[in-house]
Amino acid sequence: MTDQQLEENMGNLLRWGVILAATVVAAGGVWYLATNGGATPDYRHYAPGAESVRKLAELPAPELVILAGLLLLIATPVARVVFSLAAFAMEPDRTYVVCTMIVLGVLMYSLSSSWW
Amino acid sequence: MMNVLEFSLIVCGVSAAGGFLGALTGLGGAVIVTPALTLLLGVNLHYAMGAALVSVIATSSGAAAAYVKEGFSNIRLGMFLEIATTVGAIVGAHLTSVIPAPALAIVFALVLLYSAWHSVHGIPEVSETKPDPLALRFRLGSTYPGPLGAIHYQVGRVKAGFSLMFSAGLLSGLLGIGSGAMKVIAMDQVMRVPFKVSTTTSNFMIGVTAAASAGIYLHRGYIDPRLAMPVMLGVLAGSLLGARQLIGAGTRALRLVFAVVVAAMAVEMIYSASTGGFQ
Repeated sequence: MTDQQLEENMGNLLRWGVILAATVVAAGGVWYLATNGGATPDYRHYAPGAESVRKLAELPAPELVILAGLLLLIATPVARVVFSLAAFAMEPDRTYVVCTMIVLGVLMYSLSSSWW
Repeated sequence: MMNVLEFSLIVCGVSAAGGFLGALTGLGGAVIVTPALTLLLGVNLHYAMGAALVSVIATSSGAAAAYVKEGFSNIRLGMFLEIATTVGAIVGAHLTSVIPAPALAIVFALVLLYSAWHSVHGIPEVSETKPDPLALRFRLGSTYPGPLGAIHYQVGRVKAGFSLMFSAGLLSGLLGIGSGAMKVIAMDQVMRVPFKVSTTTSNFMIGVTAAASAGIYLHRGYIDPRLAMPVMLGVLAGSLLGARQLIGAGTRALRLVFAVVVAAMAVEMIYSASTGGFQ
């Protein structure tokens, strides 16, 4: 497989990832609006801190479905980095294996901190 | 007082319009959607930033397939510079908890003003460059498809470009935007990478940079699923439609009108922030 083919496969994979994520978000959204559509919205106030994915997991079911779709979406660029890491490792290109691992490390730091 | 259903539909419509215009003018959706949500609908700035950040990832990953097919993106250059943008994004995302919201709004407005100016003036063409020793060491130079076969290019001023990429990441994390324009400037103007390579590589980098901020935003609770849902779906639909529009003769006039609207939003943001808004 050439670099270009590899890239095209990855591009298609990302597109399907986004389609899947958007479908899950839309399904959760329809469910949420069907059950809560009549409520009064309040997005004016923000309560700092004390929020995390762990806390979000206590959300009502429709919002959890939306969150699952959003997490899937956030995973798509991460998947692209993992895919690149595998490609660089197969070449092998050690300089870029190291570069990619640094980027992946930063992403993992951020995403793991979201839990707490 | 509107209910949740009406509110969500309006947010989705505003986001679709923002995504459409953002793709058409190259400004990006988030930079338009966040001020629209805060100024028009009174949404809290942090929630608007969180929802817009998610939509940045959607447009970046959604457009990847189309960009990759053209064969211009430089994956090594992108990965190398992402070290700077992701670290910058983490620093920026952490700063959002320290910097008061009105100050964030003013920084946002300044970025808006610059974007408006930038979209009207465009950026000058640059000539080829001598390769930087660092670029040779990291093999950043590459080729892109030309009419008569592959065209080689070199990459210059790696340290300056890398530093500017850190700033682009910082702004991305600080404001929940893609900061694509700044990434393109760093590659095109500073590192002298061909324009088409800069724009496609930037699209790839935007999603990864935004993902680095997303973890911190989730931790801070900025990404509210109820608001992120209509924003993400709207921006995604709008930007896909916008990217399909042919760039015709009317683009210059459109850019001008759009720049005036964006500048007006920026002024409104500064006025609001300095008179007790965004608290």
